[in-house]
Amino acid sequence: MSVPVTVRLTVNGVPREGRCEPRKLLVDFLREDLGLTGTHVGCEHGICGACTILLDGQAARSCLMLAVQADGAEITTVEGLARDGGLHPLQEAFHEHHGLQCGFCTPGMLMTALDLLRVKPDADEAEIRAGMSAVLCRCTGYHGIIEAVKAAARKLARSATEGRT
Amino acid sequence: MKPPRFDYHAPSSVDEALALLARYGGEAKVLAGGQSLVPLLNFRLARPAALVDLNRVSGLAYIREAEGQVRLGAMTRQRAIEFSPVVAGRVPLLGEATRLVGHLPIRTRGTIGGSIAHADPSAEYPAVLTALDGEVVARSPRGERLLRAGELFRSYLTTSLAPDEILTEVRLPAAPAGAGWAFEELSRRHGDFAIVGIAALVVRDGPRCAMARLAAAGAGAVPVRLRAAEEILEREGLGDAAIDAAAARAADLVSPDSDVHASAAYRRHLTGVLVRRALHRAAARAGARG
Repeated sequence: MSVPVTVRLTVNGVPREGRCEPRKLLVDFLREDLGLTGTHVGCEHGICGACTILLDGQAARSCLMLAVQADGAEITTVEGLARDGGLHPLQEAFHEHHGLQCGFCTPGMLMTALDLLRVKPDADEAEIRAGMSAVLCRCTGYHGIIEAVKAAARKLARSATEGRT
Repeated sequence: MKPPRFDYHAPSSVDEALALLARYGGEAKVLAGGQSLVPLLNFRLARPAALVDLNRVSGLAYIREAEGQVRLGAMTRQRAIEFSPVVAGRVPLLGEATRLVGHLPIRTRGTIGGSIAHADPSAEYPAVLTALDGEVVARSPRGERLLRAGELFRSYLTTSLAPDEILTEVRLPAAPAGAGWAFEELSRRHGDFAIVGIAALVVRDGPRCAMARLAAAGAGAVPVRLRAAEEILEREGLGDAAIDAAAARAADLVSPDSDVHASAAYRRHLTGVLVRRALHRAAARAGARG
């Protein structure tokens, strides 16, 4: 029915709840109902990748899911990356390597890179370029983004060998 | 834009889903991974009275072998197919094609059943189903029926599935031992739909080609099985001259349309070029039989 539904889900480790129409997109639910505006709305048809979040640990487009479909799911948004006031190694790498300019695509870039490096921690440059082509950036020309993901891969590999993640 | 209003149902069984489709009498749409349907809703190009969401139906996501086939539940995610050892070992053509479906975040949600039922003629999975002469299982209140690829695809985004029918399983013949395969496509950007894509599978038998399977995506209103080109290989083998002849024949077999992405003449040319590339790669992979 098109009557409002209750959606209960976990976002960045915190149980959250809201009521919305079934037609509400997950990205709009995160932004408007839960106040998590870090995830951006771009093209609304799955091309630009700005709205990419982790759904049960895997990158997915939050503009191509209804909020009601995420009932019971675990979502990670860009707000969930930083820990104890410190940036995530990926965020640090984007900062150090000029992986952003206007910042609009950055949440999608970070969540996409996070999934990519979990699936393939030893991704080479060609694999990183192919993987990161899932998100469009209109200002940096991608070079800084690719350098940042390469640097983050090295950093994450190092911390994994040293036993701290 | 945002989706129009619709009734939303998330049944937990196929029977319940079928009852809902029957109740809406053709006005409901089945929602699988949503990677094609949700954009259509967002653009309001689709305005169904109701969505019947299959994501809460249990038992529709699996990959298993039976009777020389690999059988995939309709709700099996493309991401699961990409990383499946069964797919890599038994239907490697499907595995290779999967890496060309959108990007990883799209494959997280996209399903094999949804892609095939959506029937975009430039998509990879319909071409793989056509090349391998696979089947789909469709369920309706009248029971279950099997449809071969050639019986399923009717036109752009149009299949012979009835409005009250649900595609529940995809069946692909396992590749014979020593088969070589390749999926070649050209797209403007990585992850885009192909302008033209070619699915190829070949089996060597000494100097001969015991079996060849070829299909084209993006070269007509439905995926096109290139049987007359296959026959050239099965008659003349997998040498350069035979591959050139098969490629030339393939270009004659398709009747592409012109659109904003490419002209009909370019798609025809590309069909020949990509068949040649796919066959060279597939032939190099094909081991000598025995």
